[in-house]
Amino acid sequence: MTPTLTISRLTKHFHSVEALNQVSLSLQPGKRAALLGHNGAGKSTMMKIILGLIPFDSGDVTVCGEAPGSAAARMQVAYLPENVAFHPALTGEEQIRHYLSLRGENPRNAPELLARVGLAHAARRRIGTYSKGMRQRVGLAQTLIGRPRLLVLDEPTSGLDPVSRRDFYDLLDGLSADGTTILLSSHVLTEVEARTDSILILSGGQLVAEGTLADLRARAALPIMLLVRPAAAHAAPLAAAFPEAVVGADGLLRISCAQAQKLPLLARITARGADVADFDVIPPSLEDIYSHFSRRDGQ
Amino acid sequence: MSRILATGITEFRISFRNRWVLIATGMMVLFALVLAAAGSAPTGDVGVDRLSVTVASLTSLAVYLVPLLALLMSFDAVAGEVERGTLPLLLTYPVSRLEILLGKLLAHLAILALAVTLGYGAALVVAIWSDPGAIEGIGSLWRLIWSSVLLGATFLGAGYALSALARRPSGAAGLAIALWLVAVVLYDLSLLALIVTDGGGAFTTQALPIALLANPADAFRVFNLSAGEAVAAAGGIGGAAGAVPLWQSATSLFAWPLLAIALALAAFRKVTP
Repeated sequence: MTPTLTISRLTKHFHSVEALNQVSLSLQPGKRAALLGHNGAGKSTMMKIILGLIPFDSGDVTVCGEAPGSAAARMQVAYLPENVAFHPALTGEEQIRHYLSLRGENPRNAPELLARVGLAHAARRRIGTYSKGMRQRVGLAQTLIGRPRLLVLDEPTSGLDPVSRRDFYDLLDGLSADGTTILLSSHVLTEVEARTDSILILSGGQLVAEGTLADLRARAALPIMLLVRPAAAHAAPLAAAFPEAVVGADGLLRISCAQAQKLPLLARITARGADVADFDVIPPSLEDIYSHFSRRDGQ
Repeated sequence: MSRILATGITEFRISFRNRWVLIATGMMVLFALVLAAAGSAPTGDVGVDRLSVTVASLTSLAVYLVPLLALLMSFDAVAGEVERGTLPLLLTYPVSRLEILLGKLLAHLAILALAVTLGYGAALVVAIWSDPGAIEGIGSLWRLIWSSVLLGATFLGAGYALSALARRPSGAAGLAIALWLVAVVLYDLSLLALIVTDGGGAFTTQALPIALLANPADAFRVFNLSAGEAVAAAGGIGGAAGAVPLWQSATSLFAWPLLAIALALAAFRKVTP
């Protein structure tokens, strides 16, 4: 299958600051990729280059087989900018009608698009009266116009409440099932973890990690935390049996172990029988993995 | 074409909500009525119909007011989109920068056309009411309307260019006012000063016609005064109108809007969101 988006050795400078350095990646149709990174890591710059909004210094970028920003590419790409803004004097419906016309679609579809993002009730109110979350939904509605092949979403869920976020990711699931490739950036790692196929971590303008969450977890090889709750009055013998454990103020034993030591450790815990009331295995969170990769660069 | 039209409709709606349609029409009607009332006081010793006299004074009004309205409507066109943050998203749509500019131009020209038609129309009503024979001058009024729209197009294009150069609405507003002062007020004042010092010499005969054609506002004035029969009724720079052939002022009038739009497009292309 031809990738929807291919980037190879992309480099971009802003005066003397290196915004992107030798970034290469490719996204297949229907894949959902999350772009993670600190503020200033180069996420928005990369998105703007993919959209053809700003030029780049060297490397190759191909969007749906076309040059970024060309008329043919713009027909197939939809964008949601960070802090999306609209003219406050227009109503949501008028704004979406305008965007539909620009994409050569029937403007009469505007109410239906707004209903899909839960804005049917406010369609005829001016955007100037909307809350940030409502403006964000207008922004989402305009990305749904004309079945784009690539969606570029910069912080799409900022300003949305938890229920709207879930609805939003449900929308994305439907789109990617139809073959739309989705590239989104987010600071909310937990939702990215559950709702995307692969993760790209940018740090200081470089792509420091790329892969599925399981890949990254294996590569980072971060320790796993086991929490063991001793049975009543069995705390002392249990603590003696696991000298490597840290006993917390709550009485729980915290044992950190490498991936490979997980099963042997579990066997030791179960061998204690009645000493153990309960235990939990806590894998490294996406936050831990993210900090691991983005810190490696000296950040 | 449909994208230009869609942009035009949206821009017209925004201008309507921002009261620009009301302000532009109100100003034109008010000033035209004042002029028509003032012009109806002296009786016809000029030897032409009353409407032609009114058209001569409306021309002097339009030279100041049409560029002002055009610049006021256009200075926000690009800088406003940059400041609101609406430009990046718009530029990812399959619409060219030229189409965006032409769409805005379409809307703003429609508003200007509406304003001058209603304004001059009000003056026409007053003229015919006081002298039914004034209807004979309707041709010069029609000429004034479409040439005002062309003059407006020139200054709209110039306003878009300044808006794209400044990238901030406050800066663009300052540049627009400066352009209006220079092109409409100071240019004529310096020409008058030169005519006076020259005293009918080489400047007045050789350079003045070129200087008049080089400024869209003067070309507009010269075109309307030399085409009409009321040159004698106009004073100042307008008195020189006879020295410039009609086809030359008409060419200047038609060429300036194209040049202004080309400048605006060149400036807009340099804006990176």
